[in-house]
Amino acid sequence: MDAASAVPLHPVAAEALTAALADGWADPARLYSAGRRAQQLRDATHAAFAEALGVRVDEVSLWPSGTAAAQAAVLGGLAGRARRGDTLVHSAIEHSAVLHAAARGKATEVGVDRLGRLDLDAWEQAVAAPGVALASLISASHEAGTVQPVAAAAGYCAEAGVPLYVDAAQSVGRVPMPAGWSLLSASAHKWGGPPGVGVLVVRKGVRWISPYPQDDLYRPGLPGALDLPAAVAAAASLRAVLGEAQAEAVRLSSLVDRIRERVAATVPDVEIVGDPVERLPHLVTFSCLYVDGEALLHALDRQGFAVSSGSSCTASTLRPSHVLEAMGVLSHGNVRVSLHRGTTAEEVDRFLSVLPGLVAGIRAEAGM
Amino acid sequence: MIELDCLGHKCPLPVIALARKIRNVGIGDVIRVLADDPAAANDIPAWCRMKEQEYLGSPAANAFEVRRLS
Repeated sequence: MDAASAVPLHPVAAEALTAALADGWADPARLYSAGRRAQQLRDATHAAFAEALGVRVDEVSLWPSGTAAAQAAVLGGLAGRARRGDTLVHSAIEHSAVLHAAARGKATEVGVDRLGRLDLDAWEQAVAAPGVALASLISASHEAGTVQPVAAAAGYCAEAGVPLYVDAAQSVGRVPMPAGWSLLSASAHKWGGPPGVGVLVVRKGVRWISPYPQDDLYRPGLPGALDLPAAVAAAASLRAVLGEAQAEAVRLSSLVDRIRERVAATVPDVEIVGDPVERLPHLVTFSCLYVDGEALLHALDRQGFAVSSGSSCTASTLRPSHVLEAMGVLSHGNVRVSLHRGTTAEEVDRFLSVLPGLVAGIRAEAGM
Repeated sequence: MIELDCLGHKCPLPVIALARKIRNVGIGDVIRVLADDPAAANDIPAWCRMKEQEYLGSPAANAFEVRRLS
């Protein structure tokens, strides 16, 4: 139940990966037949991504991870507009990869409300300020699930003449993307592709300069060999996932509704986080008062449930999630549940039946 | 004012200590929590909101004041 981190490999991805390992091992720049086959596979992969995302082939580049694609979007987008300005406007709930890229230069942060929704008035003011080179908005928070008003935010960016980068890692393959953005990135292992494939789209007419040294071929993307078999598998699984996305969104969204409703009803002193309606179909977060998040994570793991947490005790930084802080919601005792195509209603019901007892046990140990 | 020293205690311990100690505070009285866990600045106001107590703010670094309302 941690699809927001990584989803088990989709069967179509596994099949494509095996086939591409046999057929796509060669260097696509070489002129012998195995090289040409690899080149054809690479071109077909770019075309498949372009079709799945509804963009032009030459707008797509592939990166070694979603994180690398996100950082390339921010740094390359800023570099491309260096003559117009040096400031990045971003929401307070961007992925940490974006925040770290933002920390390299000038940045203006725009807050969110208690439900994790972008403050659009502050956003409008921030992007209209002089010296803004780029704006960055996550399509939907991977920690709270709240879907952001991308179309409205893009409208304000267009008025100000500022390109908008959308980190769509949680949305691609699950929900349609609104138009109006200039750059977009996604990550294959969030939709059932293999890990280690990131996608970056830079729309035609948007100035983007690679933040990395280039190679002789001046291809967009990180110089060096692409993991072609993984990219082939990522494209094949994205196509498969999009075919079932609508039905899956309905199924998973009703499971999330059940979790939101049952956790609130059966666990005392709990805060269900994020917008109950304008949210991702597959993700829900809640925080339990007086509970050590790490203890709850391990207790759930012993019951066979893999979940994530934004509590400080579970973070490598030992700080609470910046998303939960920006929303001002309880950060300890935090659990994020995110579902995928392999998650069944029976598993969700078993989770809901064991959770209240585990929470009560941890509270009793703490004397509460 | 009652002062509750939770310095060095990791979250959720400061909030647990606050929930226990506030029972000994009169309604309308103020309790000051000293806590240096990075989650305290977020979780003490969140606790006040969830348990309908009044968060008065942070008068100094690692200090948080709460008025008992109920």
